[in-house]
Amino acid sequence: METIDSIRPLIAILASLLVIPLIMVSRKAPNLREMWTLAGAGLKFLTIVSMLPLVLAGTRIECTLVEVLPGYGLELRVDALGMLFALVSSFLWIVTSVYSIGYMRSLDEHDQTRYFSFFALSLSATVGVAFSANLLTLYLFYEMLTLSTYPLVTHHQDREARSAGRKYLFFILGTSIGMILPAMLYIALKTGTLEFASQGIVKGRISPQATTLLVLVFVFGFAKAAVMPFHAWLPAAMVAPTPVSALLHAVAVVKVGVFSIVRMITGIFGTGWLAELQLSTLVCTLAALTIIISSLIALSQDGLKRRLAFSTIGQLSYIVLGVALLSKSGMVGGMLHIGMHAFGKITLFFCAGAIFVATGVTNVSQMVGIGRRLPLTMSAFFIGALSVIGLPPCGGFISKWHLVIGTVEANQYLMLGVLLVSSLLNAAYFLPIVYRAFFCTPAESMFPGPAAEAPTWCLVPPLLTAGLSIILFIYPQPFLRLARLAIQAISGG
Amino acid sequence: MASLEGVTQHLPAIIVAVPLLAALAVTALWWFSNKLCYPLSVGAGLIALAASAGLFQQVLSYGVVEYRLGGWPPPWGIVFRVDHLNSLILVAVALVSFLNLAGSRVAAEKEFQEKVGAFYALYLLFTTGLFGILITGDAFNLYVLLEIASLTGYALIGIGSGRASLSGLNYVFMGTIGATLYLFGVGCLYVITGSLNMVDIGAILPNLWPSKVIVLAFLLCLGGLFVKMALFPLHGWLPNAYTYSPSVVSSLVAPLTTKVMIYAMVRVTLTIFTFDFAFNKISLQVPLVWLAVLAIIVGSLMALSQQRLKKMLAFIVVAEVGYMVGGFWLGNRAGMSGAVLHIINDALMTLCVFMAAGALSFRTGDDRLTSLKGMFRKMPLTMGAMVLGGLSLIGVPPTCGFFSKWYLISGGIEAGHYGFVAALIISSLVNIVLFFRCFEIAYFEPFSGSAGHQPGPMEPDDRSSTVVEAPADMLITLLTAAVVLIVLGIFSGQIVTRVIHQVIPALTG
Repeated sequence: METIDSIRPLIAILASLLVIPLIMVSRKAPNLREMWTLAGAGLKFLTIVSMLPLVLAGTRIECTLVEVLPGYGLELRVDALGMLFALVSSFLWIVTSVYSIGYMRSLDEHDQTRYFSFFALSLSATVGVAFSANLLTLYLFYEMLTLSTYPLVTHHQDREARSAGRKYLFFILGTSIGMILPAMLYIALKTGTLEFASQGIVKGRISPQATTLLVLVFVFGFAKAAVMPFHAWLPAAMVAPTPVSALLHAVAVVKVGVFSIVRMITGIFGTGWLAELQLSTLVCTLAALTIIISSLIALSQDGLKRRLAFSTIGQLSYIVLGVALLSKSGMVGGMLHIGMHAFGKITLFFCAGAIFVATGVTNVSQMVGIGRRLPLTMSAFFIGALSVIGLPPCGGFISKWHLVIGTVEANQYLMLGVLLVSSLLNAAYFLPIVYRAFFCTPAESMFPGPAAEAPTWCLVPPLLTAGLSIILFIYPQPFLRLARLAIQAISGG
Repeated sequence: MASLEGVTQHLPAIIVAVPLLAALAVTALWWFSNKLCYPLSVGAGLIALAASAGLFQQVLSYGVVEYRLGGWPPPWGIVFRVDHLNSLILVAVALVSFLNLAGSRVAAEKEFQEKVGAFYALYLLFTTGLFGILITGDAFNLYVLLEIASLTGYALIGIGSGRASLSGLNYVFMGTIGATLYLFGVGCLYVITGSLNMVDIGAILPNLWPSKVIVLAFLLCLGGLFVKMALFPLHGWLPNAYTYSPSVVSSLVAPLTTKVMIYAMVRVTLTIFTFDFAFNKISLQVPLVWLAVLAIIVGSLMALSQQRLKKMLAFIVVAEVGYMVGGFWLGNRAGMSGAVLHIINDALMTLCVFMAAGALSFRTGDDRLTSLKGMFRKMPLTMGAMVLGGLSLIGVPPTCGFFSKWYLISGGIEAGHYGFVAALIISSLVNIVLFFRCFEIAYFEPFSGSAGHQPGPMEPDDRSSTVVEAPADMLITLLTAAVVLIVLGIFSGQIVTRVIHQVIPALTG
């Protein structure tokens, strides 16, 4: 495989970091300030896209920054898996920025400069995780993401935000320092490297028992992936402004968690070694439990954002499950789901925010007949829901299809059952919302009067992402090719 | 060029002489004008910083620098001996004392008023003592300088009002005991070797084994230094001394005293008694690491129960002493490198948080945690520096605290000492709670003006609704200290391979 040196991955990370001073300086001129955000987002996305042809051609792009510890440096590397994640998150940041402007201004939120600054910082950290070449670099950006999202989660600065912030720190910072750091050091001392390698680095250097323990430490310790019982921070984090929930808690932060787990499985432990140790079933079971339990909890949630949060917890474990199946289709499906779920779930969150801006409603029980007031928003919601359930004609179908095939390939028929049951549960907690929004008698409807959608800046982003969810069904090529390339790199084929 | 060479030859003397002479000059000038004390002191601090940087450069290029006072050759004369270990720490100490000095003007004027000259004179003498301890190659000379630093330290702490003088007195008692123990130890060594030069003693001692006197001398020296560095359970003097002293004093004394004493422990152990004696002939390693574990745990837990910011930070210092003592006595390369790296890292992060605490209490007139309300809005930059300092103490990359913790934990795992590893992790987690508790108050609770505040005798009642960002010079030095935390972190790989490993492998190898 060809490797070239380039500072482009660094530019992609720094693009959003360097606009922060500009955002802060322009705090008195909101239009200019938002222009800097969009400029940073645009530059970031274009830089990443510019590397796409190289990656699709099988080239790896590397950039060594500095050797902070003897033998362990801060290094960046763009490969197919990282590219897939960076592409999704940087693109959705542009959309979310537009949406943020509409949302924050409509609600006349306080401290918008702080909000946009930390948002930009979060995205730097996210792309940093995507492009990390070793575990140390990944850990650095992982922590940076935790800390830069804390002020966003607690944006409202009230009692509820404070307790959500505490949960956030307890689960995420607590696990990363209490579990990941010692585990990482242990691996470093036993193997002498932290580099993500195509067949992993621990085989033959760490005993099977220790490997089993480490796998558990990493699956739970990357608590951003919200594998139960380390999930409680995510529903609590829903106190954040909706754009934060949309991008960070459906895409960037949570996907950083699963991405890190995927990296561990493929780059540190190595799929071959895990298969030899028969750890697949263990991790799959943890993921399956999370999927079923979170879906059941989602059924009972009346708060729309909380229902979406529990849905996210389940969907994240799809990705963990897919990769842990260790079969080719399963892994492709898991990696694809990073992108497919992102587009579907962000649509749903955008809609939840648009509903709140237009009507002030936050609970499912208050949404009877809302389709008549907000027909476009609820149509987008419907498409997003279809994608998350995994039905055609939406992108979510493609990833779920691969996951299902993957279970069969791996002879994990129980997991096949879990996926099917979970899909039914997904339908059970999403479709009634849509049904009751449109189909009710005029007397039941809580929303009389003509259609009156949310402001354009809040309305266009969900329509766009809903449209893209459908396009991804018809044309899943960019993500599918990247996922297949990533698998090829692992299997050496 | 000849004159420049002349200067560079005398750098070791300059580092000690310039602050000493400046202290005398400040004392003299003070009778004429209060205004000149500050610029003169800052000038002296800057020269010392430049000299230590130059010396560091010399050591990196040419190796050990030996400077004979009065031209007398060792072991008869006193020598200053500068190797990779102390030249590195010299730079850190000079930087810390300079930054704190440069940012002290407004606070010192407010705190000491007409006594400001005494403050600057003592400040300079204190740093003279510390530089001397770092640079000297003579065991008795080290005692003398220890006393200079201690006496000026007592005076600096006692200069405050309220409970400061009582805390200073406590510090005097404990400090004297520590210094006396050390002196007895040196006495024992002199009796059996007839020498006071560290390298010389180190060469003679192996011939005298297995003399019991060596063991006694070792225990006395070590015990004395443990008192001085406030290793649990000998830490009783520290928290009050750091809490009730004026802020500009605590942000000098807290970062430097304990760290320089840990250097002294490293120096005495490795150069005088040698690695082989301390780690192979005597079996103190295990109990000392466990003592360090206790120090870390107790320090962290005590910090949790404090209601005052400076006192909380003081107990964190107690825990940090455990980091370094434990890391050093692990006796492997990673642990010892981590301990040395942590000396400089901890000096700077302690400086950063104490300076931030000083700036906050300068504006609010209070150092209780409740006085932090609304401070992210009122003093965002000061709080920003506080956040960086806190993250470094927690150990979040890329701040320097992460990297020294990395080595310390590696050392613990390598040595199979999982108690030490667990203590470090627990202390990091406790630090999260400690700092985020402060950040929560500052972030979530709105600024409440003077509500609920009763001014104490040492707190002028100027807490008004017009609390604003700290004065510019205080802020600039504080932010510099904060940025240094990241710079140090990024260069920590270089520091360890190019500097610290120069000292450590030769000793463990």
